[in-house]
Amino acid sequence: MTRLAVAKTYKLYIGGAFPRSESGRTYAVADPAGVFLANAAQASRKDARNAVVAARGAVGGWSGATAYNRGQVLYRIAEMMEGRRAQFVDELRSGLGLSERDAVADVDASIDRWVWYAGWADKYAQLVGGANPVSGPYFNLSVPVPSGVIAIVAPQDSPLLGLVNVVAPALVAGNTVVVIASERFPLPAMTFAEVLATSDVPKGVVNVLTGSPAEIAPWLASHADVDGLDLTGAGSLDWVDLEIAAADTLTRVLRPSQAEDAVAQSLERVIAWTEIKTVWHTQSLR
Amino acid sequence: MTDTDTPAAPADRALVRPFDGPATDAALRRFLHGLPGVDAVGLEQRAATLGTRSIKTASKAAALDTIVSLIDLTTLEGSDTPGRVRSLVSKAISPDPGDPSVGRVAAVCVYNDMVGHAVSALGRHHAAAGGDIAVAAVSTAFPSGRASLAVKLQDTSDAVAAGADEIDMVIDRGAFLSGRFGQVYDEIVAVEQACRRPDGSHAHLKVILETGELSTYDNVRRASWLAILAGGDFIKTSTGKVAPAATLPVTLLMLEVVRDWHLATGQRIGVKPAGGIRTSKDAISYLVAVAETVGEEWLSPHLFRFGASSLLDDVLMQKQKIATGRYSGPDYVSVV
Repeated sequence: MTRLAVAKTYKLYIGGAFPRSESGRTYAVADPAGVFLANAAQASRKDARNAVVAARGAVGGWSGATAYNRGQVLYRIAEMMEGRRAQFVDELRSGLGLSERDAVADVDASIDRWVWYAGWADKYAQLVGGANPVSGPYFNLSVPVPSGVIAIVAPQDSPLLGLVNVVAPALVAGNTVVVIASERFPLPAMTFAEVLATSDVPKGVVNVLTGSPAEIAPWLASHADVDGLDLTGAGSLDWVDLEIAAADTLTRVLRPSQAEDAVAQSLERVIAWTEIKTVWHTQSLR
Repeated sequence: MTDTDTPAAPADRALVRPFDGPATDAALRRFLHGLPGVDAVGLEQRAATLGTRSIKTASKAAALDTIVSLIDLTTLEGSDTPGRVRSLVSKAISPDPGDPSVGRVAAVCVYNDMVGHAVSALGRHHAAAGGDIAVAAVSTAFPSGRASLAVKLQDTSDAVAAGADEIDMVIDRGAFLSGRFGQVYDEIVAVEQACRRPDGSHAHLKVILETGELSTYDNVRRASWLAILAGGDFIKTSTGKVAPAATLPVTLLMLEVVRDWHLATGQRIGVKPAGGIRTSKDAISYLVAVAETVGEEWLSPHLFRFGASSLLDDVLMQKQKIATGRYSGPDYVSVV
C-alpha cells in the first residue's frame, strides 16, 4: 500500500501563535517549474494590525532584557536553525530550484549571519554611544535605545538569508518586528517562524506575515504605532508613497536605495533602528 | 423621565412580585428554584451567533459613539490616588482632546473614598450640578462583600453623602450559594434604603452578582431575579476582580431576565457588564445582544452600561482609524 503524504498547512506567526489569516485567504506557492508546493496564508491588513499589537506588547520585555541576555536568546535561535538545516535546504532547493550545494551554502550563510548579529547585542552600544566631553562638573553620556516596533518588507529574492539579514539587526537593540516575507518564496520564512516558536525568543518579538507586500505594506507604513519601516525588499513597490505615509506618523524609514545589497551584513542595520538618548549626571564629590 | 422609565421602588415591586408573603428563604427558594433551567448550549450558541454579526462603516461609527456614551470609566485599584481620579475625570469629560466630536462617558466609577475627589473634579460636569457625567461608587465592602451589614450600610451612606449618584453593591455570594436567599434579599433592600437621600431622591443601585463566582447559569438567572425583586435598578455582572468577569453568554442571560421582567411588569431594569471588555469589537457584540434581546431602547445610559477602563482607549483608536484612514496606536490616546 502506498502512503498518502501529509501536506503541511502554512500559517502566519503572530504573537507566538500560528493563526490562519483573519481573511481566510491562502495562495498557492509553486516551484520554478510551476508545480504546486504548498498553500501559504495570504495576510490581510487586519493580520498586520494584530501583528503590530503583538509586537507593541512585546517591546517592554524584549528591550528591557539585558543586552547580554538578548545576545544569548539570539544565539539560541542560531542553534535551533542548525537543527532544521535539512528542512531549510530542502525548501530552498524545491522553492528556488537551487542546487544542493548552493542551498547548503545559503543556509550556512544564514546561520552564520544570525550568529554575527547576535554577537553585537552586548557590543554595539559601546561603539555607538559613549561619554561626551563637557567643560563642567558633570558627566554627559549618549546611549542608543531601541526605536520600538519595526515593520519590515523582507528581500523578495532571498527568502532565508535576506530575511535573516533584515530581522536579526532589528532585534539586536531590543526592537520588535513585524516582517512581510518574500511573496513568491514564503515557505522558508514560515519554517524560520517555527524555529523562533521553539527557541527562547518571547512571543510577539518577531511576527511573520506571508502574502502581498503591495497590499499589506501601506497599512504598516501608515500605522501610527509602528516606529520604523525597513523597505529593503520593497524596491519593486511604489516605495516613495510608503515613505510619505510613514513620515505622516513619525516613522523612521530605511529606503531600498540605502540598502542596495540586501544580503550584506552591516552594523549600520543595527544602528538604523536605534535612537540616541543623551543624559547628564552629576559627578560624585571627591 | 416618565414614570415608566423610572425603576419602581421596592415597595412597588412587592405589588408585582411572583410569590406570596414575606421574602423568607423558603419562599424565595420555592420561586427561584422554580425558574426554568438554562439551556447552556443554546445560550452559548446564541451568544456566539450574536458575536459574529458584522458591523461595518456607518453602523460601526454610530456603534462606537454609542459605546462611549455607555461607558462607566473605571479605576478600582488599591493604588488609586486623588490625582489619578482627577485625570480619570478629565478623560471622562474630554475622552479625545484632539477630537471634540467625541461625546462624554456616562459615569466615572471609583472607590468610595474617592467619590468626593471625583465630584469636585467634575464640577459643573457632574450630573447633580446639571452636567452629564454621574459618579458611581463601589460600596458594601467591594469586591468581596465580606463585612457586617452595619459596615456595608455605613459604606453606602458615606458614598451617598459624598455625592455619589450611583451605588455599585456586591451581593453576599457565600449566602447566595449556601441558599440563604432571604439574607441576600434583605441586604439589597437595606442598601437600597441607604441609597435614599434626605430630599427624597435616591442614588441608583447597581447590584453586582459576581457571576464568575456563581458557577452555573442557573445561579446567574436566580441571582438576577433576586436582585430585581429586591429593588436593584441595574444588575451588573462582575466586580472585575474575579475571572471570568463579564462574558457575552452571561450578559445575554441577564438581558433575558430583564426582558422577562419588563414583559411581566412593564418596568425597565438596567444591565451592566463589567470587566474583561477591552476591544471595540467585543463591545459591539454586546450592543448587538442588547438590541436583539431587549430592544434598542435599552441602548441608553440609564439602561445599559459598560464597566471598563481600557475599552475607551480602543474605541478612541478605532474612531481615529475611521477619521484618518490609518491605524492608530496607544501613543495617540491620553493616559490615566
